[in-house]
Amino acid sequence: MSYDYAKYLRKGKLPHIWCAGCSYGIVLKSLIRAIDSLQWDKNDVAIVSGIGCASRLPGYVDFNTLHTTHGRSIAFATGLKLANPKLNVLAMGGDGDMTAIGGNHFIHACRRNLDITIFVFNNNIYGMTGAQYSPTTPKGAWATTSPYGMAENNFNITDLAIGAGATYVARTTAYHVAHCEKTMKEAFLHKGTSVVEIINSCPTGFGRKNKFKTPASMLMWMKDNAVNIEKAKNMSPEELAGKFIIGVLHKVERPEYLETYDATVGLKK
Amino acid sequence: MAKAEKIEIIEKWCKGCEICVEFCPTGAIEMRDFKVAIKDLEKCTACMQCELRCPDFAIIVYKKEKE
Ligand SMILES: Cc1ncc(C[n+]2csc(CCOP(=O)(O)OP(=O)(O)O)c2C)c(N)n1
Ligand code: SF4
Ligand code: SF4
Ligand code: SF4
Ligand SMILES: [Mg+2]
Repeated sequence: MSYDYAKYLRKGKLPHIWCAGCSYGIVLKSLIRAIDSLQWDKNDVAIVSGIGCASRLPGYVDFNTLHTTHGRSIAFATGLKLANPKLNVLAMGGDGDMTAIGGNHFIHACRRNLDITIFVFNNNIYGMTGAQYSPTTPKGAWATTSPYGMAENNFNITDLAIGAGATYVARTTAYHVAHCEKTMKEAFLHKGTSVVEIINSCPTGFGRKNKFKTPASMLMWMKDNAVNIEKAKNMSPEELAGKFIIGVLHKVERPEYLETYDATVGLKK
Repeated sequence: MAKAEKIEIIEKWCKGCEICVEFCPTGAIEMRDFKVAIKDLEKCTACMQCELRCPDFAIIVYKKEKE
């Protein structure tokens, strides 16, 4: 017995373009297991991405897939969902794609609360274009555009999503494979805009120059520094210093956009 | 006794990142010429750590069916 990923893969497209040890492949497997566990028909799933290494993911999976322009996956995903509300629509991309060039689409999607799912693959860098800093590069970290260390404050993606109005917001990591799968599944099932930040590793662009000697050590960093939200509730700020929280950070019910839209324009009484 | 029937390695997909070997708790696999290789199948406990964490679909563990 072994797990059958093959039925969801466009096998002719493998090996994928990601570097040796890039965590995106690990997250791709969690994504396949999450969708498989939902037993959704492949034709009812649409995965939409922007530009970047993360955004290459849809090319490898046998769903309806759309590889769009930089930062615009959410705009295309919104159109898809409005035109075909039956589709389960996932918009996904990197930290740069979603929170730099695509930051505007990101916050307004959260505000509208359309029933789509958004995954942000946060590897703290622009991997594809040669390790320029992104809005999530930690203070002090090396990037080609911050050779003396990142001088700017960075975004907390989940706080941004909560502030903008997303109704399900969670964080997980590439290391926590089972947690990642479970969180993705919950996000897919949530009615309204759900956002999952997935902590990822870019050994080539970020790791090598930020004191991570191997791809495995970047995964171990996630293991050592992630604190589950339940456990974090009983920890002091001192104990939490330098750590990050995983789990469901926010979950509320608000009217979903398609329903309020239909009611507003008189399509639904 | 080995818990895996076999470990399949798809060499042309393995990029030699060593994640599987670093996470294997038993030493059943090793790196050889920049690719993963089976060192001692008998040691394998079919814990699936290697398969779950391989980013490249390059290592597949076939668990023995329970007798
Ligand atoms: C309009 C436009 N501007 C800039 C680029 C160059 N570009 C391609 S990918 C990328 C950033 C990718 O970073 P991220 O979204 O974090 O993805 P990663 O590669 O890290 O997965 C940039 C700036 C582009 N393709 N299009
Ligand atoms: S550059 Fe970084 S993000 Fe892009 S494939 Fe390589 S390791 Fe992954
Ligand atoms: S299944 Fe576990 S014990 Fe067997 S090779 Fe993989 S990591 Fe090692
Ligand atoms: S984790 Fe996968 S790609 Fe990396 S060395 Fe092992 S089999 Fe090869
Ligand atoms: Mg990135």
